[in-house]
Amino acid sequence: MSQTVFAPWTDPAAKPLIRFKNVTKRFGTFTAIEELTLDIYEREFFALLGPSGCGKTTMMRMLAGFEDPTEGSIELAGEDIVKVPPNQRAVNMMFQSYALFPHLTVRDNIAFGLKRERKPRDEVDARVEEMLRLVQLQPFASRKPHQISGGQRQRVALARSLAKAPKLLLLDEPLGALDKKLREETQFELMDIQEKTGTTFVIVTHDQEEAMTVASRIAVMKDGALMQVATPSQIYENPNSRYVAGFIGDVTILEGKATKLGDAYEVRWAEGQPPLRAKSTLDLADGAECQLAIRPEKVEIHGEKPSDDNVLQGKVIDIGYLGNISTYHVELANGQIIRAQNFNTERDTRRAFTWDDNVWVNWTENCAVLLDH
Amino acid sequence: MSRLSPFNVVSLTLGFAFLYLPMLILIVYSFNESQLVTVWAGFSTKWYGELARNEAFLDAAWVTLRVAFFSSTIATVLGTMAAYVLVRGGRFFGRTLFSGMIYAPLVMPEVITGLSLLLLFIGLGLDRGILTIVLAHTTFSMCYVSVVVSSRLVTFDRSLEEAALDLGCSPAEAFRLVTLPIIAPAVISGWLLAFTLSLDDLVIASFTAGPSATTLPIKIFSAVRLGVTPEINALSTIMIGIVTVGVIIASISTKRARVKAEADERMAQRTA
Ligand SMILES: Nc1ncnc2c1ncn2[C@@H]1O[C@H](COP(=O)(O)OP(=O)(O)OP(=O)(O)O)[C@@H](O)[C@H]1O
Ligand SMILES: [Mg+2]
Repeated sequence: MSQTVFAPWTDPAAKPLIRFKNVTKRFGTFTAIEELTLDIYEREFFALLGPSGCGKTTMMRMLAGFEDPTEGSIELAGEDIVKVPPNQRAVNMMFQSYALFPHLTVRDNIAFGLKRERKPRDEVDARVEEMLRLVQLQPFASRKPHQISGGQRQRVALARSLAKAPKLLLLDEPLGALDKKLREETQFELMDIQEKTGTTFVIVTHDQEEAMTVASRIAVMKDGALMQVATPSQIYENPNSRYVAGFIGDVTILEGKATKLGDAYEVRWAEGQPPLRAKSTLDLADGAECQLAIRPEKVEIHGEKPSDDNVLQGKVIDIGYLGNISTYHVELANGQIIRAQNFNTERDTRRAFTWDDNVWVNWTENCAVLLDH
Repeated sequence: MSRLSPFNVVSLTLGFAFLYLPMLILIVYSFNESQLVTVWAGFSTKWYGELARNEAFLDAAWVTLRVAFFSSTIATVLGTMAAYVLVRGGRFFGRTLFSGMIYAPLVMPEVITGLSLLLLFIGLGLDRGILTIVLAHTTFSMCYVSVVVSSRLVTFDRSLEEAALDLGCSPAEAFRLVTLPIIAPAVISGWLLAFTLSLDDLVIASFTAGPSATTLPIKIFSAVRLGVTPEINALSTIMIGIVTVGVIIASISTKRARVKAEADERMAQRTA
């Protein structure tokens, strides 16, 4: 069976559902979004990830129609929507605060958007029942929002925004208020719903793990600009900058100067330490400033010197035990700390290495990522 | 249960005596047999009977109620609209000036408001009567309504309105279906405030009332100038009674609502 991979962004003929073209948004003299260009495709689960204040909500609000871009255009299915008021856009938003109507019951909250379309009564009722079933809220249908729990409110908000079957659903930190377990359950529920309904989702989150779990693609933002837009695994394994590498997951960054050596580079990074080799498609001049990003789980730790490339010697100064994995902090002779992660596959309380052990760490030349900024 | 200390008992008694003794005396003397207000001559309800036969007082009461009803209703509509625009309208030219101007009548001496309205009505050639009192009362009570409603609107979660727009409401529908039901308590208390202000206004009403329409406060005031009669005591007692019943009903219903809300919260926690 041949399964086609869902990756419309690699297809030059695919038409995007949303197209930001050189969008700039200023509040007074403050620039919240700068010259942003981005395509999002139908049926995508697109995550906006970035630190607080980087402009994620502003982008959502421009899509929903609550803010106008100062410059540039936003297209939905090929049409410029900048001038279309929010109530005439086929876009629904799930608000960060849920924004449930406190004077209406759960059922009436969900029915609210449908009733505005002046559909026949029984059609509305059927759709509301379907939504209640989807988010498992039938027993609570006639309660008011203050009579249900936080997690249930969040599901009402989701059902309400899905009820009109919008082309595009915007989720602004939908799971922010939930505890970890409920959060994870809901993430899978969201992906399930997205698959069932075929709606395009754009989700804002602070939480990198959440973005990695749910998204087809992630946009990492910083100060109103996109740093990288790619699939979760590309973002993790091939970050294009030091910022992205540091934003997602744990990483050790070494700074140095590159020299080309066949299809790889040799990085001289510290006096008295051996140079390190890394494969890269980057085109760097000899002696150019560069950084090496190494993920802890790619680093092996040994009690005896291995005969491979990229071997560094140091001393264990810290051990973080997390149950399934242990993180070792290894200090080199020049003070640099390298983090290495080992899976604890044995149920043995004795650790292979302990504090002040003399150890060697190494990784293969494919595992370190060479960055030029 | 902690007991009140003697000091607390004394302060409580003095405080409440200060507030309520005058009214108590008024109520007691409304049941006085004698024609003379200051001489007690036995219990009687005859002044209430007299009052019921006094056409002039009854007319004035009816005028007052109509004026209060219409002026507070119009003031509520206008005041709510003004509050909405000032809180929600964003920045527009002259916004600060407008919001300052809406509060100005609150501090304006009533004599001046009354006089300027009188001049306006004379200038327009309007005959003074119920209409002019309604207009005058609307003018000044509207500010109170807009203060009450706008203080509710500033704490109103704007995203509720945005959610309504997002789900397909026009701005007018969003106001009618979401904003108004939620701020209704503030609008109602604005209406009640305007109603009471209109009920007990004497100054502005005396400038704008004509011979065809006199309000109760004007009537009482002019009657008192000829001497306080037990009839007026009886009338005042009735008004105190109405107000007391109103306050009791209001506090019972707020208490009920609070108890219910607490029960709801508990229920939500159980199902969490
Ligand atoms: N109405 C506004 N007026 C002025 N500045 C604004 C306005 N809305 C947002 N900003 C500014 O624009 C920037 C981006 O805001 P935005 O709400 O998009 O951040 P965010 O990425 O959603 O942050 P968070 O993760 O904290 O929600 C912030 O610096 C914010 O102060
Ligand atoms: Mg935000």
